[in-house]
Amino acid sequence: MQRIGVFVCHCGSNIAATVDVEKVAQMALREQGVVHAEDYPYMCSEAGQSRIAAAIKEKGLTGIVVCSCSPRMHEATFRKCAETAGINPYMVEIANIREHCSWIHKDMTEATEKAVILMRAAVAKVHLNAPLQAGESKVTKRALVIGGGIAGIQTALDIAEAGYKVDIVEKTPSIGGRMSQLDKTFPTLDCSACILTPKMVEAAAHENITIHTYSEVEKVSGFVGNFTVDIRKKARYVDIAKCTGCGVCQEKCPSKKTPNEFNRGLNTRSAIYTPFAQAIPNVPVIDTEACIKFKTGKCGVCQKVCQAGAIDYTQKDEIITEQYGAIVVATGFDTIKLDKYGEYAYGQSKDVITSLELERVMNAAGPTKGHLERLSDGKHPKEIVFIQCVGSRCSDDRGKPYCSKICCMYTAKHAMLIRDKYPDVNVTVFYIDVRTPGKNFDEFYRRAVEEYGVNYIKGQVGKVIPQADGSLLVQGVDLLDQKQILKKADMVVLATAIEPNPDVRKIATMLTASIDTNNFLTEAHPKLRPVESPTAGVFLSGVCQGPKDIPETVAQAGAAAVKVIGLLAKDKLKTNPCTAQADELMCNGCSQCANVCPYGAISYEMKLINDHGIREERRIAVVNSALCQGCGACTVTCPSGAMDLKGFSNRQLLAEVDAICR
Amino acid sequence: MNKCEEIRLISGVNPLKCMKCGKCSASCPSYNEMDIKPHQFVSYVVSGNIEALLSSKSAEKCLACFACIERCPRGVEPGKLVDAARQLLVRQRNQSLLTPDEIPALLDEETPQQLLMAAFRKYRR
Amino acid sequence: MSVNKEDFRPVIVAFCCNWCSYAGADLAGSSRLAYPADVKIIRVPCSCRVNPMFILRAFEKGADGVILCGCHPGDCHYSTGNYYARRRMTMLFSMLDFIGVENGRTRVEWVSAAEGVKFSETMNSFVEKIRSLGPNVRLGDIRCKN
Repeated sequence: MQRIGVFVCHCGSNIAATVDVEKVAQMALREQGVVHAEDYPYMCSEAGQSRIAAAIKEKGLTGIVVCSCSPRMHEATFRKCAETAGINPYMVEIANIREHCSWIHKDMTEATEKAVILMRAAVAKVHLNAPLQAGESKVTKRALVIGGGIAGIQTALDIAEAGYKVDIVEKTPSIGGRMSQLDKTFPTLDCSACILTPKMVEAAAHENITIHTYSEVEKVSGFVGNFTVDIRKKARYVDIAKCTGCGVCQEKCPSKKTPNEFNRGLNTRSAIYTPFAQAIPNVPVIDTEACIKFKTGKCGVCQKVCQAGAIDYTQKDEIITEQYGAIVVATGFDTIKLDKYGEYAYGQSKDVITSLELERVMNAAGPTKGHLERLSDGKHPKEIVFIQCVGSRCSDDRGKPYCSKICCMYTAKHAMLIRDKYPDVNVTVFYIDVRTPGKNFDEFYRRAVEEYGVNYIKGQVGKVIPQADGSLLVQGVDLLDQKQILKKADMVVLATAIEPNPDVRKIATMLTASIDTNNFLTEAHPKLRPVESPTAGVFLSGVCQGPKDIPETVAQAGAAAVKVIGLLAKDKLKTNPCTAQADELMCNGCSQCANVCPYGAISYEMKLINDHGIREERRIAVVNSALCQGCGACTVTCPSGAMDLKGFSNRQLLAEVDAICR
Repeated sequence: MNKCEEIRLISGVNPLKCMKCGKCSASCPSYNEMDIKPHQFVSYVVSGNIEALLSSKSAEKCLACFACIERCPRGVEPGKLVDAARQLLVRQRNQSLLTPDEIPALLDEETPQQLLMAAFRKYRR
Repeated sequence: MSVNKEDFRPVIVAFCCNWCSYAGADLAGSSRLAYPADVKIIRVPCSCRVNPMFILRAFEKGADGVILCGCHPGDCHYSTGNYYARRRMTMLFSMLDFIGVENGRTRVEWVSAAEGVKFSETMNSFVEKIRSLGPNVRLGDIRCKN
């Protein structure tokens, strides 16, 4: 018979304001086996915990129920407290009377009634709790970073600097990501490539970093400390070891009509290409859909001109399998498609472009060699209109409900750069709100207005109408002057909403990491665990978690790296002791449990069983507790009811059901 | 029920969803004809200034083109407020310009209902 | 036994998986999104841990409705658990319907850790449904009654 102590937390007034905590404690004393009950303002505090420890010692408690916040918050705290006081940590159960009770109910009688029932269910469960011992599993001291943008590069560098091996898997032919496409960065206006390329080079040269470009994660299995990952290294058709990066193949390639992804399709590239001059590795890939050799079998120019003999048309995709202890997701973002926004005439006029396209136009390596010109006729524009919040803050299905966060700042940057370089160009920005929190950010925006004379108008644009003379008529509103505006412009730039890289859904599914309704990866706690995914061993870096700018991304990348280092520094991890176990007497070795186990944790062995005096050899299911993650799929599948889950046993869950329905 | 609630009920619009971007006014072809602009319709309903809306000429100037409804990023549908103001006016004057049983015969499947309602009230005087 | 519909306080058991739905319920709580106190949540590691036996037992002991919440298909923390849950519950619920426990009393819903609003809305609509159905009398064990 258990001796149970019930501890009811006030959580200041968070619980006590809607739940009669004293009554919950009183009612607890009426429950079978409860020998101690008390309430206290903050059970999680030092003082609260020492009360629990004292009660365990004085009353000889064997089981603990804490009625407090969610077990996801403080279960570990109270388990540790119990362990310190000398009882098994798994003899603690939490009744969640805050998130599931006091915070959602207003009526005190009703909330108290519910809190009592939740307490009873926890007491009923604790009665059946058994001491559990956590096992140990080893940690593979190597990390995987998915995505080779600034987030991934920074995370990898920080992990590598701490002395751990780290691999970067990048889908495109080069690392660098979105940042490599930017011309200048706010709020300092330094050149993006100038600060990014040294980091790319550093990553490539680092002895602890292995970079797999043109590669994708294909399959992930295992768990924290012991992930097994299949990586598909797509065929480049160019031997990385032999290629010298001379670039002759790209010059001579006769197929030059493919839209250049790096320049957002504003110009074209050859079929054999490196995305940009500073690409790492500086080894081209052959785009088989554009390559004449692959399409018709006749060409082979690149092979002929390559003096290093690096071109190999017979290369095949290769799948490598690696072991990792931790995985960081840094898959980044893309801009949304604008096909649902017909009113802005994007796609109708070449002179309506997105901000990311403007980055390429402004860049010396871009389609216009850095000259600001209209893409339709190459003329120098005199009048440029920027439209903010295109697709951001939209509650309909055309756009995204969130603020993309970076647009206000980069628009101010673009406006300022244009006014600086071309003082003859008038720049008008239509905004809804200017959101520039951040160090030196608002000052930056004010400079655009005060020093560079950028014309900010409060109001959205309703329609952009391409005119017969090639200009654009922008119909907007000035809400402060109370007038509708018809403005003739030569170019319109749309601050297009950003969205997580579409591949992230596939990756999240492989990692069993959760994702929100906007396809951003969910963090383990929005405030206190912002770089960890709820799945142990999976960490988040950069925009895959939510919109952010470069400084924030770098900061988060460092934070993710620290979490990874903290994990890899451990030799062994404690495993979850709540694993499945088969009752040898009941098991008939039917193999159904092994069929449903997602981890292959169940095997069978012949065992000598003494079944009430009958001694015979039987085929019995055996669970490898290091592999079992405790989902419980096998327990329900088992036709004889032999399989049960420690910590969430059939009897425990039935006891909870009974207590609630009583 | 006060007029503010009534106008919300008739239109089914929640003006609190508005983020004050002004895209409705930017899109409105009758903007210059209106004394109270489409985005102001929304904020007037929020602040409860219904009398001003009812005495304004804007409701008569709306073409019911739905540009504001189509383009509103927050799904506020200011055009419906304009119509609701019209309807409220009609009710206040205690006029019934069309009896309900006349309506089905006038309906055409292709015609948006709101456009019909707008047209009826404006032209069947 | 007649129960006034206004006074009827159903007993509702909600099984929530630890990784998505329980966290979604926590988010509903921290966002103060109210739902009736009739709902009592039991934490399970995964929706696939819920044995049909638990649901039968709940009805036997006097529950008026049982809802099972798990991660969205494809998002299961254990990869495939919710698929098993979905199949099992489809079978169980059709059987329960056959013996007179209406389909409205049982429900499977996918709620992610980010969907506090969905959790609260789901619980509100479920409780409303159970209230409209009235007390469950089909499976109740009369030996449990006073």
